[in-house]
Amino acid sequence: MSAAIEFRAIAVATPQGRRLLNDISLSVEAGTTTVLLGRSGSGKTTLLRTVNRMVEPTGGEVLVNGTPIRNSDLITLRRSIGYVIQETGLFPHFTIERNVGVVPEAEGCAPAERVRRSHELLLAVGLDPASFAHRFPHQLSGGQRQRVGLARALAADPKILLMDEPFGALDPLTRGEMQDMLRDLLAGLKKTVLLVTHDLDEALYLGDQIALLSEGKLIACLEPHEFLRSGMAEVQDYVQAFRRGERSARQVTRR
Amino acid sequence: MSTGFLAQYGEEIATLTAEHVWLTAAAMAFATMIAVPTGIWLTRAPRWAKPIIGVTNILQTIPSLAMFGFLLPVPWLGERAARIAIFALTAYALLPILRNTYAGIRGIDPSVIEVAQALGLTGTQRLFKVELPLAASFILAGLRTATVTCIGIATIAAAVGAGGLGELIFRGVASVDNRLVLAGAVPAALLALAADGALGLLERRFKVAAR
Repeated sequence: MSAAIEFRAIAVATPQGRRLLNDISLSVEAGTTTVLLGRSGSGKTTLLRTVNRMVEPTGGEVLVNGTPIRNSDLITLRRSIGYVIQETGLFPHFTIERNVGVVPEAEGCAPAERVRRSHELLLAVGLDPASFAHRFPHQLSGGQRQRVGLARALAADPKILLMDEPFGALDPLTRGEMQDMLRDLLAGLKKTVLLVTHDLDEALYLGDQIALLSEGKLIACLEPHEFLRSGMAEVQDYVQAFRRGERSARQVTRR
Repeated sequence: MSTGFLAQYGEEIATLTAEHVWLTAAAMAFATMIAVPTGIWLTRAPRWAKPIIGVTNILQTIPSLAMFGFLLPVPWLGERAARIAIFALTAYALLPILRNTYAGIRGIDPSVIEVAQALGLTGTQRLFKVELPLAASFILAGLRTATVTCIGIATIAAAVGAGGLGELIFRGVASVDNRLVLAGAVPAALLALAADGALGLLERRFKVAAR
């Protein structure tokens, strides 16, 4: 297997000189899912966004399929990478069908082909095209919108999928359903996925490897079964802090 | 107003109304051609937004009678009264259209713009497929404000001989004939209401449902 995405000593600093990422090196094998795990402000989203050049590193290099992307054509690069975010960013004035087919449309694909592709993807993410194709985003629930966001990201059949807290805004039940759906979908599609989350269970469930970030540094990159057993203090701290947060959330709900 | 009055002035009212519409429409066309592209450019270069919107704001504060007066001695412009009127009305229409174009595009949900960029839409595709359709109702609202304001200001253009319904108002004031004043003022008010209603309908058609 070869690395689909390779981060080589990535550094990102703000124009004011604040360092967001420090010397991060990480390799993501083709067809696998890597979870970027960490607290808010750990730099996981920034690292994700260097892959489609929404953020330009101030040091180091990102390679996609072995080629440095620094000088690649921005539009071509971005169309070859799927992108899903928590807020979905669905176009409110487009129907679901048109939202899903927006990248093929931008590439000048024929309307009939676009519709066919869009319906195929809606089915793949568990939405019946007959009842959803002609609705608008505001007529959908949060979970349904997130499914549409995923279908749209897959429309141009990208080899790489970037997901930034895709299920972060959903209730726990819907979240679980979406995680199952994504896992089944990815098992068949063989995409290289980079997924940002702060949810340890999501990371353990979906990841082939888990990269823990803290304050802009890569702490550890481990397989899920190694992660819980790791002796590293930072990893144990994160696991404990996450479990503590979960317990107090449960107590609040019980009251 | 008696039928005798209408028989005497009906034709003139119609001609002057047509003139009024032409002055306003020409000014709106120019203002839109200037303000919409400028507003779009400002969203790409926001540091210019404050000074440029500021200039159009100052233009609006110039009293209209003074503005028409200032323009009289200007070469080429001053030669024809209609040129003065259209130039001044264009200046007054800039602010609402510019401000609404800028605010309309800047007000789009940032996640929508982010995804449009991240999915690889080109700058032109982003503008025509995403930004302009989503800002359309705002831009039209600006155009509506500008149109209604300019229909009112255009009555003053008669002071420099540009014609329009102001002719009747000025003549009525000079000859202390309230019927003449009304013959100018009522059609001008109706024009403003009609423009407001029609553009309002258009604006609602372009409104995008919130999420």
